Amino acid sequence: MAFLELDHVSKYYEQYAAVEDFCLLVSKGEFISLLGPSGCGKTTTLQMIAGFLNPTSGAIRLDGRDLASIKPARRGLGIVFQSYALFPHMTAAENVAFGLEMRGVPRAEREVRVRDTLAMVGLDGYGGRYPRRMSGGQQQRVALARALIIKPDVLLLDEPLSNLDAKLREDMQIELRQIQRNLGTTTVLVTHDQKTEAMALSDRIVVMNKGRIEQIGTPHETYEHPASAFVSQFLGKTNEFSAEIRGDGDARKLVAGSCEWQAPAGPSGQVVITVRPEKITFDAAGDNEGLGARVKTRIFQGNHWLFQCETECGPAIAVRQNDGEQQPAEGDKVRLVWRAEDMAIRRAGDVQ
Amino acid sequence: MSVASTADKGAPWPLILPAFMLFIAVVLVPLAMTVLLSFHDWGQYKGIEPVFILKNWEEIWSDSYFYEMFARTFRIAALATLLTAVFGAPEAYILNRMRAPWKGFFLLIILGPLLISVVARTLGWALLFGGRNGIVNKALMSMGLIDTPIAFMFTETGVIIALAHVMMPFMVLSVWAALQRVDPQVENAALSLGAGSLTIVRRIVLPQIMPGILSGGIIVFSLAASAFATPSIIGGRRLKVASTLAYDEFLNTLNWPLGAAVAVLLLIAIVLIVVGSNALIERNYSEVFR
Ligand SMILES: Nc1ncnc2c1ncn2[C@@H]1O[C@H](COP(=O)(O)OP(=O)(O)O)[C@@H](O)[C@H]1O
Ligand SMILES: [Mg+2]
Repeated sequence: MAFLELDHVSKYYEQYAAVEDFCLLVSKGEFISLLGPSGCGKTTTLQMIAGFLNPTSGAIRLDGRDLASIKPARRGLGIVFQSYALFPHMTAAENVAFGLEMRGVPRAEREVRVRDTLAMVGLDGYGGRYPRRMSGGQQQRVALARALIIKPDVLLLDEPLSNLDAKLREDMQIELRQIQRNLGTTTVLVTHDQKTEAMALSDRIVVMNKGRIEQIGTPHETYEHPASAFVSQFLGKTNEFSAEIRGDGDARKLVAGSCEWQAPAGPSGQVVITVRPEKITFDAAGDNEGLGARVKTRIFQGNHWLFQCETECGPAIAVRQNDGEQQPAEGDKVRLVWRAEDMAIRRAGDVQ
Repeated sequence: MSVASTADKGAPWPLILPAFMLFIAVVLVPLAMTVLLSFHDWGQYKGIEPVFILKNWEEIWSDSYFYEMFARTFRIAALATLLTAVFGAPEAYILNRMRAPWKGFFLLIILGPLLISVVARTLGWALLFGGRNGIVNKALMSMGLIDTPIAFMFTETGVIIALAHVMMPFMVLSVWAALQRVDPQVENAALSLGAGSLTIVRRIVLPQIMPGILSGGIIVFSLAASAFATPSIIGGRRLKVASTLAYDEFLNTLNWPLGAAVAVLLLIAIVLIVVGSNALIERNYSEVFR
């Protein structure tokens, strides 16, 4: 049975739908990420779970209880805010202790648990510091400790890593995942960063657009089989080529430029095929298979090369591992090849 | 960079010279002359004699009338400050939580009185509570709620209330400024940790706006201690404070040296109190807010 359930939840500001018809089942211990561009309603969804906003319609249930009648202070959820929202006039230890104090935990036990929790997030010895005297990463850890110490049923994280620099963010991601695994806390994370957080951390991701859910699935599944053009474009770079499906029955063919494939069952006529850049290889055999192209620019990016090509069906990008192989130079004529199962096909004009 | 800055080290001085000259001409010179004046002699018939004596200072030191008067001045200022804090801080907090159109509207209402002369505003209080003919007193008496008019005019309470009213915008503005620096999510954070709304105000909001209340308090206190219009209209001739006494000595008794001594003493006291409490605030809050 689902632990946290959002049942057709909507939030309207006058006529404007910030969140519309949001349905999601989260099992106990699961790590879910809400992913979408800025303004798509992620924070609104999180705040409705937290109880700071009331849904216009729909129900939110936690462990079978309807949360509508339960005040935010009684929901027992741990929240890490985007701005951290630490209490600036309290030391790190006082910040972390606040939730226990509100629950009437005796001082001695409080001190022990605060020390343990600060140690868990890697902040032993920092208890006496005021937030303004801490770095962004340290403040972030205090916020996490403050939310975790009350042993919340659900941990809600609103863009927790977006204020950190790239290196720190990667470290925190790994740490966050480990802490969450160890504690087994059901977690809902919100982020607009498609590249890293959601993919690295989540059991499942929920891709949102304009207040609606586009797709729910594991990171891999969503990346490999995006349900819509929006999802495919949002989750990393992708190539799109216009193509056509011709013929009938066994003779049905998918044609893009000089390439032909056996057409799968489904739509006919004008279609768009999408291929991830890392799935494209250059035809080494020189047997004139694949899409004819010319390398426009070649960019070295450390562990991989990025190629921008001009193909017979429009521009394309390809990514190759820097594995020591000879790579085509700028201006070279090449042929782009990919496996049939690595491309997704959708009807032309079916773009969000 | 470092070369340029050493070469230009002298440059700021000519630039601030005009302002500095103006400051000397209109602030320091008159101040020095007032201080000097307080050491001059004065007699009913001989007028001011430019000698150097301590007569005026000895008179203030030995006459309990001046003790009382200064004590009253600072008591009134302190209580008016307290009133503005007690009412102004919640006012600013509520104002800050209002929604868009109302927020601006009520802010205007609260700050609007700043545009009206202090004299006009104080006269308003006199019209409402001035003896038997004050509108409020008349109404309350005709309703039979009170037999004698509420004593407001020529009382310390009256001066304190009127002063607090006049100074309220300064406190509200100061607390308002402090509230702008408070992360709005901080209250939600406390809420999610299980704090009730009273606890949130007491433990989370109040400590964060305390610097605003204190600096507003310093402004209100120094303005109230040196206020002239309100104490002279509501307090009248009987209830003297330092500024009205100095004024009287200058313009009625014509004992300028004594008036100057009172004025200088008031200035010194205010400066000491303000600088002292400011240092105290800085020390207590530097750790947290800088
Ligand atoms: N109080 C409000 N009044 C009107 N519109 C709002 C309000 N709060 C948020 N919105 C709108 O709702 C949409 C979703 O906001 P939000 O959930 O904060 O987006 P996200 O967190 O995904 O960036 C935004 O377009 C925003 O403009
Ligand atoms: Mg947001």
